[in-house]
Amino acid sequence: MHRHARLLAAALAFAAGVASAQVSPDLAFEDRLKRLEADLRCLVCQNQTLADSNAPLAEDLRREVRTLALSGKSDDEIRAFLVARYGDFVLYRPPVKESTWLLWFGPFLLLAGGVGAWLAIVRRRRRAELGTDAGGPALAPDAATRARDLLDEKSSG
Amino acid sequence: MRALRWGLPLAIFAVLVGFLFVGLFRDPREVPSPLIDKAAPAFALPVLHQPERKVAGADYLGQVWLLNVWASWCVACRVEHPVLVELAKSKVVPIVGLNYKDKPDEGIAWLAQHGDPYTLSVVDGDGRVGIDWGVYGVPETFVVDKAGMIRYKHIGPVSPEALQQTILPLVRRLQQS
Repeated sequence: MHRHARLLAAALAFAAGVASAQVSPDLAFEDRLKRLEADLRCLVCQNQTLADSNAPLAEDLRREVRTLALSGKSDDEIRAFLVARYGDFVLYRPPVKESTWLLWFGPFLLLAGGVGAWLAIVRRRRRAELGTDAGGPALAPDAATRARDLLDEKSSG
Repeated sequence: MRALRWGLPLAIFAVLVGFLFVGLFRDPREVPSPLIDKAAPAFALPVLHQPERKVAGADYLGQVWLLNVWASWCVACRVEHPVLVELAKSKVVPIVGLNYKDKPDEGIAWLAQHGDPYTLSVVDGDGRVGIDWGVYGVPETFVVDKAGMIRYKHIGPVSPEALQQTILPLVRRLQQS
């Protein structure tokens, strides 16, 4: 157990050494690239981000993003560069435009519909409740007549 | 009221089924290119068989041409290759090969083995021109018109049907215009 722990510690130290050797001194720059790449889609393995994908194209695109960033391009300019070549599909956050209105505002439409239906049901129930004199639960007209008949029968009999 | 109670969920269900049904026949791997009807990205690349000679896309201005992205490591390229060889024999349209992220000697050997349908192939060793053309999978085929505009992009192997029904009619129309 003890030996395993020591081995693990050694492995971790080695891994940390390797990792730190690859990190460029400008951590903020690396961080910016990571965040940018996490928002871009790899076109080969379509459910992975550019940051996560091991596909050769993803490597090429990461290199391209890095080159553009080093040449002083802003995040928006880099995104525009990729969109011009691969379309909006590369963006994990689709832009708001005519063809994506339903995507962006559809949920709110559904919510409005739900609220509308809920209000309508509540209003109908309240009206039905107000319609009965006792204020108890509302009865369908035929059920109400039947109940009245039964009550009348009992009292007369 | 009753009609609404039954009809509304049924209508929603029908719409959902409609969407899912259409989705069955769509290929999520085919990402529409934003480059259609835009100027073909410029390039100047060495020719595969004559590395000292460079060819640019602008050299083909004034004629309709195809750009076919291929590589010796690309298995699907073998599927479409006989179709391209046949097309080349008909001499209807020049086919420029973009040898994508390949080793030149392996590319040359591959063409020697399977036949060379290309007017010429240019070497895009690091895939940089491929990125400009929005290439994300090999093979891909572009139709470029006389003015140097991309008119069509075929993703994946060109089937005889795709060639006869889509690409060739488009090429003829563009050649006449």
